[in-house]
Amino acid sequence: MHRLATFLYLRPWLVLALLLGPPLIWMVVVYLGSLAALVVQSFFSVDSSGQVVRSLTLATYGDLFTQANLDIFVRTAVMAAAVTLATALLAFPWAYYMARFASPRAKAALYLAVLLPLWSSYLVRVYAWRLILAKEGIVNWFVQQAHLDQALDWVLGLPVVGGPSLSVSFLGMFIVFTYVWLPYMILPIQAALERVPRSLLEASGDLGARPAATLRHVTLPLAFPGVVAGSIFTFSLTLGDFVVPYSLGNSSFFIGQAVLSFTGTAFNIPLAAAFTVVPMLIMGLYLTGARQMGAFDAL
Amino acid sequence: MPSSPAAGRAPLGLRLTTLGAILFLHVPMLVVLLYAFTTDEATFSFPPPGLTLDWFQVALNRADVWDALGLSLRVALVSTLVALGLGTLAAAAVYRSRFFGREAISFMLVLPIALPGIVSGIALRSAIGITNLPFSFWTIVVGHATFCMVVVYNNVLARFRRTSGSLIEASMDLGANAFQTFRHVVLPAIATALLAGGMLAFALSFDELVVTTFTAGQQQTLPIWMFSQLTKPRQRPVTNVVAVFVVALTAIPILLANRLTERTVE
Repeated sequence: MHRLATFLYLRPWLVLALLLGPPLIWMVVVYLGSLAALVVQSFFSVDSSGQVVRSLTLATYGDLFTQANLDIFVRTAVMAAAVTLATALLAFPWAYYMARFASPRAKAALYLAVLLPLWSSYLVRVYAWRLILAKEGIVNWFVQQAHLDQALDWVLGLPVVGGPSLSVSFLGMFIVFTYVWLPYMILPIQAALERVPRSLLEASGDLGARPAATLRHVTLPLAFPGVVAGSIFTFSLTLGDFVVPYSLGNSSFFIGQAVLSFTGTAFNIPLAAAFTVVPMLIMGLYLTGARQMGAFDAL
Repeated sequence: MPSSPAAGRAPLGLRLTTLGAILFLHVPMLVVLLYAFTTDEATFSFPPPGLTLDWFQVALNRADVWDALGLSLRVALVSTLVALGLGTLAAAAVYRSRFFGREAISFMLVLPIALPGIVSGIALRSAIGITNLPFSFWTIVVGHATFCMVVVYNNVLARFRRTSGSLIEASMDLGANAFQTFRHVVLPAIATALLAGGMLAFALSFDELVVTTFTAGQQQTLPIWMFSQLTKPRQRPVTNVVAVFVVALTAIPILLANRLTERTVE
């Protein structure tokens, strides 16, 4: 044992190889290998009997650019952007309160209130909204008690966002997406706000800025990388989700739904693979942009 | 911005919007809890026509729920162990040496959770398809361990950075070899970080649906069971009860992990 320890001590590169080897091999073989497999699959195609033809072709990508599929990409990206904006608006006051005003105990409690929904029960949290938005559920009950039926009907009658009921509409989906991804936005903003030096705020006040001006010109710009960091999660999670669209959507597919359907009933793994290359590219661009804005330091 | 009494009271508007966000984030879970007791069998009517404890009994007797729960627990346990091993090794390597591509390690480990879930899912599904591997317990575990690794890695690396390197040097100076130093100095220092990382990895795995959908084949984990109930409800009250159970079960490791990391900070 002792001799082995000395042997290793004299060969730091060997220790490094032993430490780094297993996780590195795992990630390269399993994960990067899988991503490579995905790209390869996307160049395969399916013949008329539904068998995967293992020869490289661009035909699958050709199928990708139909009007229906382009609609799916645009629809998903717009939803992701809207959800990102809404979570940022809701998360900022929470994060600001936590970083600036909360007592240590309140802060710990608020932190836990973000942490719990962030780590757990994602499906239950979506399911909760099935109960809430159902036709005979809580929201409609309140609407009836308050005699707001006509207002709700008017909202549901709007083109695009509306639908037959709240539980089957883009509006409902938007609410649920905002709800499930909100914690992912709060934490990075809060972390960014915690790092704003107090002296800067005091300097701003000393120089005559009112609190609103300090917020606008000092705090917000410094918190922005946190918003971008949070948006990486909200955007990526919305792009890749199929649970919310399946639970609350209609036949207008989102990316995740389309991909899932290609691995299920409409069996076409190559097309599913080609489909996911699109969110990969979108996220690649997004991450590059976020990096330039310094968002990675706020992660 | 360290909070201090000097910051004063928050403006009313800020307090109200924060309160609104808190309610938005937490009231829905209370709704789930309420519905677990409803006597309404067929719809989601509010207010519930009556309250009962019967559904807990019914859910307890459902074999499909138990099977799904068992599979989820086994998958989460094995994935967590794999993630603990590999994540700790990676953290140790990154902490103790500088090498070419060190930054890339963190980036590669975070990729499985930074990329949309369906990307990881379809990627693994493509690999399974190309290699003709049959779906099994292990195809699920491999996927889960891959995205759980980063949680352990982050926790352990953060702890390494806070533990002073001079302790390790002192141990070596006093004649302990590398293994003794690891056993008596390094391991106690990172023990709670390992536990916290493991808890979070467990919760993450237990709750995962998107990647699992593509790596499970016909097997049903608890999230897959829940999802099938979301799309094709069979017995709604049983789903309500299982939902409450899942929330309670996943809250425990997260609360513990929070406790463990909180106490050791300063």
